[in-house]
Amino acid sequence: MLKSLGIAALIATAFTSGLVEAAEKIIKIDGSSTVYPITEAVAEDFQKAHGVKVTVGESGTGGGFKKFCRGETDISDASRPITQKEMDACKEAGIQYIELPVAFDALTVVVNQKNDWAKNLSVEDLKKIWAPGSKVKNWKEINPSFPDQKLSLYGPGTASGTFEYFTEAINGKSKSQRTDYTPSEDDNVLVQGVSSSVGGMAYFGMAYYEENKDKLNAVGISPKAGAPAIMPSVKAVEDGSYQPLARPIFIYVNATSAAFKPEVKAFVDYYLDNAPTLVKEVKYVPLPAADYAAIKEHFKKLKAGTGFGGKNEVGIKISDLLARVK
Amino acid sequence: MTSDVTQKPAQASVLKNLDAVRAMIKRHKFNDYIFSAIGLLTLMLVLLTLLILFSDLVMDGYERFNLSFLSEYPSRRAANAGLLSAWVGSALVMLVTFLVAVPMGVAAGLYLEEYAPKNWFSDLIEINVTNLAGVPSIVYGLLALGLFVYILDLGQSILTAGLTLGLLILPIVIVSTRESIRAIPIAIREAAYAVGATKWQVCYDHVIKYSYGGILTGVIIGMARALGETAPIITIGALTFIAFLPPSPVTEVAPFINFEWLSSGFTVLPIQMFNWLSRPDHAFHINAAATGALIIIVTLLMNGTAIYLRYKIRKNIKW
Repeated sequence: MLKSLGIAALIATAFTSGLVEAAEKIIKIDGSSTVYPITEAVAEDFQKAHGVKVTVGESGTGGGFKKFCRGETDISDASRPITQKEMDACKEAGIQYIELPVAFDALTVVVNQKNDWAKNLSVEDLKKIWAPGSKVKNWKEINPSFPDQKLSLYGPGTASGTFEYFTEAINGKSKSQRTDYTPSEDDNVLVQGVSSSVGGMAYFGMAYYEENKDKLNAVGISPKAGAPAIMPSVKAVEDGSYQPLARPIFIYVNATSAAFKPEVKAFVDYYLDNAPTLVKEVKYVPLPAADYAAIKEHFKKLKAGTGFGGKNEVGIKISDLLARVK
Repeated sequence: MTSDVTQKPAQASVLKNLDAVRAMIKRHKFNDYIFSAIGLLTLMLVLLTLLILFSDLVMDGYERFNLSFLSEYPSRRAANAGLLSAWVGSALVMLVTFLVAVPMGVAAGLYLEEYAPKNWFSDLIEINVTNLAGVPSIVYGLLALGLFVYILDLGQSILTAGLTLGLLILPIVIVSTRESIRAIPIAIREAAYAVGATKWQVCYDHVIKYSYGGILTGVIIGMARALGETAPIITIGALTFIAFLPPSPVTEVAPFINFEWLSSGFTVLPIQMFNWLSRPDHAFHINAAATGALIIIVTLLMNGTAIYLRYKIRKNIKW
């Protein structure tokens, strides 16, 4: 009896589920795991303050855009700009989007704590190490003044936005990098790897370095050989001197949702208003206050489109980016 | 006859070799002893691995073992973050899984064992069912994404997850149903037929009743597996942050039962654990360890219940 009731129920719901869903106000967000902590923090507070339900998924930037361009989500978290392919998919489905930078993420190059020689590295040094086909296997090959120590490399997996940005910024070509390194999608594994090998080196988001300062050393980056090296810090990212490894991260808002769903508009406003404090709390770097004001204006005018044209760019200013979208 | 000729010397040689025979028996007993020692050692090794894993999780996560961990929603602050939406999601998904897998699995098993003609077609089905039990769970996830989420348009809902996991454990339920049905002596069936019972009466009043314990064991073990599954649930698009519960299945006004929860978004325990584990902040790793310990405890409880029920039901059956 109970069983047949259950089956009948299943069939009944299969037909009515579509109706039920449409009636409820839920803001659906999915996308990058890098942006996730910020969006989660905003969603948590917004839900408490406004009583509107918010769900956040973590399918990765690419997976998030797939859902976004099918119209399944209102907002997509992205650790890189939308690609040409994704732009086409959205266009085909008639989905327009508003591109909003929400914070900076600073990629940090880390080495073992016993590493007392590589305090600073230049972009050229990093390129020598990470370039596709690079044969560098020992620290002394990078710089003759470095000791004879085996170099072991760790890095994020090839599906991650971090990998994409780092290769673009260092090797000059997105997604091209030497392949003989230990990849992991879990940054904690990279922390483990570098902290247990003296000649280890890895790169990941600054939040992971901040939490593991006692196990790892960060390396100062000089944009050119001979130029002064800049240590990754909130201040250096904010004033734009930590280049080229500081990148903006984004949310993409469905323009139709933003225009016609008041709860989505309220959420994005809340996001931008509270970003300075919440971004800091989850250990990312907030954008300058003037930029947030400009982004709010950008959103208010519902300026749809991307300022990147389907390609990632290193070292772009937020104000320039916003100005590109008419 | 050769035996007559050789009897005497043989007897003598046996007497003479008695010591040798005793030594041989002793040697064989020693070999037996070695084997049982190796067996015990292997068993201990397996149990020890589980024990180390479990105590490691408990040691890392014990500070979160309190009621608020179960009654709080996820949060950016590790100390306030809880499992409420995850365990409720897991429980509801398990409910759907149960309702899907058990009627279908038991019916299929009963049909294959009692009704189906034995020919190449039923052989083919049998091979396929056994094979399905070994298909990696991610394959079920991809199937579900295409079929349930997009073609049937059920969305990324509890219903989709329950159907997916139901399919995943269906072969386990079918195989265990068949095995426990096969264990019933043919004489029971024949006795029932002899007094004029129909095929359905035989199946319902005897076959199902006596194989109940075995079927239940299979179901619970299948459910315990489904509880820990992550890959297919991620594939169909479970959420990570969800700070509200699905609509309650039971309501205060008529008709008292509400099916809205089936179409709700959800998260489950292993996904919440995975998310916490990948955070930079160490405090979240403590939460993840506590969640892991909880999943192991629930799985152990489920398997323990299965063993207990099987023992109890077997004891009550007297043929």
